[in-house]
Amino acid sequence: MRELAYLRPDDVGAAVAAVTDNPRAQYLGGGTNLVDHLKLGVTSPELLVDVRRLPLDEVEEVAGEDGPVLRVGANVRNSDVAAHPVVRSVFPAVARALLSGASGQIRNQATTAGNLLQRTRCVYFQDVTTPCNKREPGTGCSAIGGYARYNAILGASEACVTTHPSDLAVALAALDATVVVRGAEGERRLPVRELHRLPGDRPEEDTTLAHGELITAVELTAGRLTRRSTYYKARDRASYAFALVSVAGALQLDGDTVTDVRLAWGGVAHRPWRATVAEDALRGSTFSEEAVLAACDRELAAAVTSEDSAFKVPMVRNVSALVLGRLAKEDR
Amino acid sequence: MTELLPDPVPARAMGSARLRADGPAKVTGLATYAVEHPADDPLHLWLVQSTVARGRLVDLDTAAALAHPGVVSVLDHTNAPRLVTDDPDTTDPELVVLQDDRVAFRGQIVAAVLAETSEAAREGAALVTARYETEPHRAELRDDSPAYAPESVNPDQPTDSDDGDVEAGLAEADVVVDQTYRTAYEHNNPLEPHALSVTWLEDDDGPRVTLVDSTQGVHPVAATLAPMLGLEKDRVRVRAPYVGGGFGSKGLPHAPEMAAVLAARTVPGRAVKLAVTRQQMFALTGYRTATVSHFRLGARADGTLLAIDHQVREQTSALKEYAEQTATPTRMLYAAPHRRTRHRLVELDVAVPSWMRAPGEMPGVYAHEIAMDELAIACGLDPIELRLRNEPDVDPETGKPFSGRRLVECLERGADLFGWADRTPEPRATADGEWWVGTGVASATYPTMTQAGSQARVSALGGGRYSVAVGAVDIGTGARTVLAQIAADALGCAVEAVDLEIADTDLPMATVAGGSSGTSSWGSAIVAAAQLFRRDHGEDPDSGVHTTASAAQSPGMEQYATHAFGAVFAQTRVHRYTGEVRVPRLLGVYSVGRVLNPVTARSQLLGGLTMGLSAALFEESHRDPRFGHVVTQDLATYHVASHADVRGIEAVWLDEEDPHVNPMGSRGIGEIGIVGTAAAVANATFHATGVRVRQIPVTADRFVG
Ligand SMILES: Cc1cc2nc3c(=O)[nH]c(=O)nc-3n(C[C@H](O)[C@H](O)[C@H](O)COP(=O)(O)OP(=O)(O)OC[C@H]3O[C@@H](n4cnc5c(N)ncnc54)[C@H](O)[C@@H]3O)c2cc1C
Ligand code: SF4
Repeated sequence: MRELAYLRPDDVGAAVAAVTDNPRAQYLGGGTNLVDHLKLGVTSPELLVDVRRLPLDEVEEVAGEDGPVLRVGANVRNSDVAAHPVVRSVFPAVARALLSGASGQIRNQATTAGNLLQRTRCVYFQDVTTPCNKREPGTGCSAIGGYARYNAILGASEACVTTHPSDLAVALAALDATVVVRGAEGERRLPVRELHRLPGDRPEEDTTLAHGELITAVELTAGRLTRRSTYYKARDRASYAFALVSVAGALQLDGDTVTDVRLAWGGVAHRPWRATVAEDALRGSTFSEEAVLAACDRELAAAVTSEDSAFKVPMVRNVSALVLGRLAKEDR
Repeated sequence: MTELLPDPVPARAMGSARLRADGPAKVTGLATYAVEHPADDPLHLWLVQSTVARGRLVDLDTAAALAHPGVVSVLDHTNAPRLVTDDPDTTDPELVVLQDDRVAFRGQIVAAVLAETSEAAREGAALVTARYETEPHRAELRDDSPAYAPESVNPDQPTDSDDGDVEAGLAEADVVVDQTYRTAYEHNNPLEPHALSVTWLEDDDGPRVTLVDSTQGVHPVAATLAPMLGLEKDRVRVRAPYVGGGFGSKGLPHAPEMAAVLAARTVPGRAVKLAVTRQQMFALTGYRTATVSHFRLGARADGTLLAIDHQVREQTSALKEYAEQTATPTRMLYAAPHRRTRHRLVELDVAVPSWMRAPGEMPGVYAHEIAMDELAIACGLDPIELRLRNEPDVDPETGKPFSGRRLVECLERGADLFGWADRTPEPRATADGEWWVGTGVASATYPTMTQAGSQARVSALGGGRYSVAVGAVDIGTGARTVLAQIAADALGCAVEAVDLEIADTDLPMATVAGGSSGTSSWGSAIVAAAQLFRRDHGEDPDSGVHTTASAAQSPGMEQYATHAFGAVFAQTRVHRYTGEVRVPRLLGVYSVGRVLNPVTARSQLLGGLTMGLSAALFEESHRDPRFGHVVTQDLATYHVASHADVRGIEAVWLDEEDPHVNPMGSRGIGEIGIVGTAAAVANATFHATGVRVRQIPVTADRFVG
């Protein structure tokens, strides 16, 4: 029989030690992703360490080197983050991204860390009767030549072509958030942009975290740019659907000149895709829809598509124009 | 038991708004669905499905499963009880479960694990390992796949039809529309997945099987299962007190039901529960085939149709033929001297397709009504005007008069309500901020049927109260509520004086809740029984007297072509940047005879419209032909409309009764709401954008680039 042990520590150190010590242990947050995977047989840990008793459920405003910092505890529920007044006014892209995700019930249950670490929604990953390198390394990638509507167009590999499903992660990537991580060796901070990785030849690894590392918080530094940020998710149905593509953007104009810009894309890659080539092209230029589209074209020169995913190229450039266009209107 | 031709019933309770009789039980959780039905010490079954699309099961290793605590046994083709399969009239190939080593499609049941808990059964199923000898399979409906003509199409209609000379009509035409329209594979997905609880008892008279099943017809389930089990029908009792929807997928039993009965047979006296998972439904409980409709419409410059040619390619399963009757509505919808329809099937090694709300009408009218939109544009006509110009005087298919055909009034009333007069004819002419805005229209029709065979029993309970019993199932439609209204009017008593008993094969025979025929069929039987009861027992009957009767078919059903009609109007917004499609307004106007209960009728029509919207924009089962199964097999990847997608939605109906079809004056309403809706939405996206999409779902990617 498959034994599944369950721990619910109230001490961060104990939680980290429990998972670090057991290669087949996993953290359990709200369980909206992990519990599904247990049922489907996608993962079969022997120990679940429930993090929900850990004191990681505060949203705090603290002073930071570059301005006020909002520290969101790893356990804060998606709906609470989205409704937080500071998030809404100072980091609107984050609130919008969260509210565009899942359903009200799931957002009430899902945690900040769990959202960032949710696994891909690739249909083959979730179907244990089909080969999948991410689920079972070396078995092959069924999505290549298969159902491709949600496949990556940037940064994919021959081993895996899936996308990361989190909306929150895209907004955080645009706003240069920091992830606070506790491991056996102590605490470290890493830019959220370095949290998720491209698949390369190790698609089984979604992130750069070591086994046992616990996300304790996400930190957002407030600035003029973060206030002028927004998020748009293009999807098949109006609610309760993962992104075909999504765009988190932030824009600062001086007259018509772009003084600063952030652009991050969801639904196009194995991790949130910061469109730095496009950002660089736009920074210092005169803002116009054409300029945004041209800048996106530069970023998208590297795109690799199949028949079923080709639409993502025009779609993500259009949505980028939409998002930055809306922000430019606000700024003027 | 007597058959009676019932007299028309004066409407008192019929037509009045009454809330669902079972509403409080459902919303408070007191209503027990099949798998929740209390049973002492039940066992739980979990299905093991094939992971190859075609071949032979060479070896099944069940040792690990059997060693799992809680697992009682593993059934497979070597040890499962035998079914009677030598009579082709009673053998349903889909139900021949665990009888041999053949695998006919991926996802087929190859074993089933019986355990003390559902968790142990599931875990046991995961521990069963199967080895197959695989054979090449066909799982893709391609334009060049070989196709054949079935002997008939569902339920038993002609495969082909020919009137006049279509080629000559097309040659004579000033305007020709020649296009191909496609619909996606779709899965029914009722809220409650298929489930049952079954007990096999051996008593002195032999076996007795009792099921609490999630089904649209308890009698059909018993009648289908019994002969294959080698039993008389009355040895199989089926109940279905509450059913969370079916949409056709619970119209007949599927393989899981048979597997559960076989499992129960191995543990006499103990209840066996089976809850089919959402994922399993995508392989085991039916679906709508994809359809490819090649349409050719030929018309004079003024829009008068000369020729209608509708040639359909669709898919069936090698295990069991199912021929969706996609082109049959084309035979009666519009007048034209030259008409032809064809159905051709591509046989694939895949799961068995079946009924899904308005089989045939939904994909067929979808195709026809987009072709009509294209013809209207080609003729420079308003799409409503085009339809008015092609109204037939009599049914083009049979030459009979219609019992009532008020399609024109539906279109005109809808045009008024919707504000159609303000519409600019040109496409891509209206923008609202980031959105293109457009409107579209389509006709709808659905045959009006009353199925033979239903019976009802009326008994006096004393004190002016009556029991009315019919073995019909309320699958969430409101039948429980409406049948009591019919019974009250037929008996001339208050609705509150009627104790309605349904959903049990111990009650008189009733046909399936399908084909939009339930209320008409069961209601007619109730009226017949009530009228005979009054005749025999008078207005003040002694307690205990009872009468059972069935209704003779109304002569009008022979004399007239009987159909429901409707007109659907949609407004769509298509995002100029993203291509996302939203439907702010959807209106259906219907001619459906007497509406027996506006509350439950409105739900049926709105539900149909919603499902049509959902088909238009979202629903698509993606089958991966390499593997042979549907890979979008849950509600996160198989999209149905969410609340946010359904905005302004309205259903209205003409005030009328149809005196020719049944004593209530009603026609069926369960399916017409889905008919035409996808075409109205698709036509509206064309009007919004100028981009014609000839396949559903119409997704955002079609409009970006
Ligand atoms: C039907 C459906 C639709 C959805 N739609 C969307 C959508 O549109 N957009 C979107 O972004 N998301 C969507 N989601 C996903 C949802 O957001 C995630 O399931 C949720 O955010 C996961 O959070 P959780 O707390 O429940 O995580 P869990 O399921 O508990 O865990 C997820 C992963 O995170 C790990 N983990 C949890 N906490 C920590 C921690 N503190 N440190 C380290 N590891 C940790 C777990 O080990 C596990 O691997 C959808 C989910 C469903 C079921
Ligand atoms: S894309 Fe990645 S997750 Fe999907 S099947 Fe391939 S390897 Fe698995």
